[in-house]
Amino acid sequence: MRDQDRQGLSAALGLGAALATALAAGALLAAEGTATLRKADILEQPAPPHMARVENKDLKRARNYPEQPPTIPHHIRDYQIDRNVNKCLTCHSRTAIEQSQAPMVSVTHFMDRDGQVRAAVSPRRYFCLQCHVPQTDARPLVGNTFKDVDAIIRGGKGD
Amino acid sequence: MALRKLAVSLWKTISQPARHFSLGFLTFGGFIAGIVFWGGFNTALELTNTETFCISCHEMRDNVYAELKTTIHYTNRSGVRATCPDCHVPHEWTDKIARKTQASKEVWGKIFGTISTREKFVEKRLELARHEWARLKANDSLECRNCHNFAFMDFTAQSKRAADHHARFLASREKTCIDCHKGIAHRLPNMAGVAK
Repeated sequence: MRDQDRQGLSAALGLGAALATALAAGALLAAEGTATLRKADILEQPAPPHMARVENKDLKRARNYPEQPPTIPHHIRDYQIDRNVNKCLTCHSRTAIEQSQAPMVSVTHFMDRDGQVRAAVSPRRYFCLQCHVPQTDARPLVGNTFKDVDAIIRGGKGD
Repeated sequence: MALRKLAVSLWKTISQPARHFSLGFLTFGGFIAGIVFWGGFNTALELTNTETFCISCHEMRDNVYAELKTTIHYTNRSGVRATCPDCHVPHEWTDKIARKTQASKEVWGKIFGTISTREKFVEKRLELARHEWARLKANDSLECRNCHNFAFMDFTAQSKRAADHHARFLASREKTCIDCHKGIAHRLPNMAGVAK
């Protein structure tokens, strides 16, 4: 056997061993149940969950804390927000709310970083979806233990 | 002088009764030729009234058609969709002919490459959009209403916000569809100078 061939063979053997170890580990994990949100074996392609629907009820939602940006209670499909136009502001701008009766963007959005109120929405607040998002009917993937501040105050230690 | 002579001889020919063709041939032949020409004209007209025809030009295919593809007028839960002429060409025959005559300007634009590049198109987009807004404003959003008939619009099935606005502005005829629903099928140009 030539030297080159021997090298090739040992490389192949090494690869085979590594593959076998990986497979064994995979099988072990699968037996224990893979601890991911994917909830399927790594070699499986599970059926994707149904697409969640956007809530479109136009009802304001409670805020979880005072500074929370309010969530959007309606569809925003195809809303264009770019250099040319901001679709949200066609209803939520200072002058548009008389006709639309939508809530006006708060005055903080008109402030520059020195706190000076400007005539129009400040560029750093222009892209609404950086903070405000619509909600869907999707179920949370993991639970959480968030408690409202009122509940904490009432409950003393937060229990 | 020669031209005048030609005109006179032509007039003499067509003002005289036919010498060799029978009356039957002329009437029935004329009738059949009429059908062929009229049918041919209408077929050609309808051929230019398809999306396939519109997007055979790269100006339409790469700009406005590409943008349409993500919108609800192209893809939605029920699979009903609007094609270019549904919104951009009137359905009534006389109006359609009027629009098609206007479209000769677009042929001119195609030949001379008025919007042959993306940059040229973006540059001209506001002007082109204004034409469409003006047309829909003038005809009370006729092309929208070909599908979205106010008489059959169920406000109870709409979201509260939509129902309120339609009741206040559309029912009173204070506004027409295009006043609020600009840029629903294509991206909007810079709207800074456009009255709300």
